[in-house]
Amino acid sequence: MTMRRVISALVHDRPGVLNRVASMFRRRGFNIASLAVGHSERPEFSRMTIVVDNVPESALWQVTSQLWNVVDVVEVMDITDEDYVARETALIKVRATQESRGHIVEILDLFRGAEVVSVSPSTVILEITGPTEQVESLLALLEPFGIIELMRTGLVALTKDEQVPQDGEFRAPALVGARPNRV
Amino acid sequence: MSGRMLAGGEFVCESLQAEGVDLVFGVPGGAILPLYDHILKYPSIHHVLTRHEQGAAHAADGYARATGKVGVCIATSGPGAINLAVGLGTSFMDSTPIVAITGQVTRPAIGKDAFQETDVTGVTIPVTKHNYLVLSAEDIPRVMKEAFHIARSARPGPVLVDLPRDVLQEIAEFTGYPETVDDLPGFRPITHPDPVQVEAAAEMINAAKKPVILAGRGVLVAQAEKELQELAEKAQIPVIPTLLGIGSFPGNHYLYVSLMGMHGSAFANLVVDECDLLVNVGSRFDDRIIGRVADFAPNAKIVHLNIDRSAIHQNVFADAPVIGDAKNSLNALLPQVEKQARTEWLSRVDDLRREHPLVVRDFAGKPSTQYVIKRIHELTNGQAFIVTGVGQHQMWAAQHYVTDRPNSFITSGGLGTMGYEVPAAMGAQMGMPNEQVWSICGDAGFQMTLQELATIRDENAPVKFAIMNNFHHGMVRQWQTLFYDKRYSQINTTGPDFVKLAEAYGMLGIRVEDIKDVDSAIKRAQDHNGPVIIDFLVEIDELVYPMIPAGQSVNEMVEDPWTQQQPLGTVAR
Ligand SMILES: Cc1cc2nc3c(=O)[nH]c(=O)nc-3n(C[C@H](O)[C@H](O)[C@H](O)COP(=O)(O)OP(=O)(O)OC[C@H]3O[C@@H](n4cnc5c(N)ncnc54)[C@H](O)[C@@H]3O)c2cc1C
Ligand SMILES: Cc1ncc(C[n+]2csc(CCOP(=O)(O)OP(=O)(O)O)c2C)c(N)n1
Ligand SMILES: [Mg+2]
Repeated sequence: MTMRRVISALVHDRPGVLNRVASMFRRRGFNIASLAVGHSERPEFSRMTIVVDNVPESALWQVTSQLWNVVDVVEVMDITDEDYVARETALIKVRATQESRGHIVEILDLFRGAEVVSVSPSTVILEITGPTEQVESLLALLEPFGIIELMRTGLVALTKDEQVPQDGEFRAPALVGARPNRV
Repeated sequence: MSGRMLAGGEFVCESLQAEGVDLVFGVPGGAILPLYDHILKYPSIHHVLTRHEQGAAHAADGYARATGKVGVCIATSGPGAINLAVGLGTSFMDSTPIVAITGQVTRPAIGKDAFQETDVTGVTIPVTKHNYLVLSAEDIPRVMKEAFHIARSARPGPVLVDLPRDVLQEIAEFTGYPETVDDLPGFRPITHPDPVQVEAAAEMINAAKKPVILAGRGVLVAQAEKELQELAEKAQIPVIPTLLGIGSFPGNHYLYVSLMGMHGSAFANLVVDECDLLVNVGSRFDDRIIGRVADFAPNAKIVHLNIDRSAIHQNVFADAPVIGDAKNSLNALLPQVEKQARTEWLSRVDDLRREHPLVVRDFAGKPSTQYVIKRIHELTNGQAFIVTGVGQHQMWAAQHYVTDRPNSFITSGGLGTMGYEVPAAMGAQMGMPNEQVWSICGDAGFQMTLQELATIRDENAPVKFAIMNNFHHGMVRQWQTLFYDKRYSQINTTGPDFVKLAEAYGMLGIRVEDIKDVDSAIKRAQDHNGPVIIDFLVEIDELVYPMIPAGQSVNEMVEDPWTQQQPLGTVAR
């Protein structure tokens, strides 16, 4: 059984850090579905939200512990099973004629956090911010109009936990009970 | 605090001096020249000019493994730096602390495809624990302090420091070498185990009827040999070393088993097959140990003591992980582990020992590699420092050079780097000048790095090289014999006349073609006050047994057909 995991990491804001993190994922054969990185609450550190796809149960511990071993990485928390909020933003350029533009706006009104951000004679650019499922259902509805370009930020997430994570924080799902095949 | 105005190159030398480094291995070149200019002023740092950067990296590794200290190697930018890479990979796999210092093109030239520019920090990410590109001279002491700290802490490994030429030339105020590492919030080695984990592990050990310990390199790193022995004796648990854990438990102890795994003894593999608990102390469960995971120790629960949390559950699921330094973890376990006799289990282990001996095959005329190694073992009383290459001779050395000395068996395990045997032996010898160092070489591996013989001559490092000359990539030949119907492809490695080669390098050269001359050659080498090369012309058709083919289990283990016909009780150990 494989699964999708959401990992939050605090990393040094230094040249090459992204390379080190990406290199570890590639080399260990983990599949990054999305990676978002930006400034964090601390000036010299960035926060990353990494969504990893197709993680076999046996590798749950590997993903987090290998990431934790990267010297520039300060905190690693697999928050998938915690209470957390997650959002992504998408900018969607859709073909829009005079006739179809009204339909597109109607669809947009069905979604929270969605709006038109730019209009041209033959296209509109829409923005939506929300959970992944919401972004995907909007995309499905827009598909018939013709999506010309799409830019998604990838997921950004924060746990709702009130405790302040410490330097060196490590949270991974506990593995309990021996696996019959031992890994 | 005001300090002296120094150049970046001097910052490096000051840092090395403050770390107590007295031996470094390297090769100069354009980008690193400012450092080489300053190193002349630091006579306490002895620089060994190797003939190839690979040699510098392996020498630093051999030095580090023999002494337990951090090894240091130096290279220039571009080709020099990437020549280090195989050495870094070797150290990385085998948990060896190394600081590699490389020159880089000047800061303004970086990214311009400048002469001898290579993105060295980029190239070495997968073979280092961490690396640095230093962009100001002032930063050098902090970076060096961190580099040494990271290299030796947690699971040891190589750290590379890349220094642009103009940073080495930059004049700045040197205010001293930092005493503490203050700015590494992302590097928090777990030194002390969680008591909850310790308790769970102790319970499992106490409940076990047929436990066995697998002792890895982590025991040597933690210097926990005494604690390991206490645990084994208190709970009466037999001990199996990994290839890199040889010497972590005395080979002459009644609880000592012998190597397990692909080329471990049948006896050890059968013990693991029957055990109901396997206590891994400081090993990462390499696939050459476990074979097919589903069939590995099928009846056993697993206790895993390791300082690296990523080693836990990596290859084998641990029922009771204990994350921490092996010494601390063993000390925490000891009071909770019950004294037990386990007589039934130990007598079963002894039966297996008798039924599956490791016997040295005798040949008339030409000696076998096993025989030569056995004689070296006996004539050095098992007290020499052994460095090996990779291949058949390596496996026989591991099987037959049984020792009770920590850190005295030095071999490339995880990467299996041929050519390691020559420079690493030099490094080990220079780190342990009062020990006898024997390098058990393959004829092919020896030819990969033999240029370091000149360095060895210059340094007068009295290494005894014993080339197990089968004129072949013996281990490749073995696989082609067993798995490719003897379709031999590209395995003839006939070299030069090694005796003349020895003479060309100003060393004593001896050739042995007959079994009756083995002893006298070894003794002559021991008596000779300087480096020696013995060219042992050994049996070619000898295969390493037992063998568990890659990815298979003890059920598919092949024992030596010859050994099985021998009378019981002839145990070579
Ligand atoms: C041709 C060939 C055949 C081989 N066949 C075999 C074989 O049959 N049997 C065999 O055993 N090997 C064999 N090997 C070697 C094998 O590939 C591995 O290199 C070896 O098994 C690794 O041993 P290790 O886990 O003890 O050491 P390492 O790979 O160095 O791992 C050390 C472990 O200890 C941990 N550690 C480090 N410091 C501490 C500390 N202070 N406290 C606690 N833990 C610590 C580390 O985190 C790491 O997990 C073979 C190699 C070759 C080239
Ligand atoms: C650098 C490198 N290249 C190739 C190999 C693959 N390899 C493993 S053992 C071996 C043959 C080793 O021959 P030799 O050094 O003569 O030792 P022998 O097996 O004959 O004792 C080869 C080619 C390797 N381990 N390292
Ligand atoms: Mg050979």
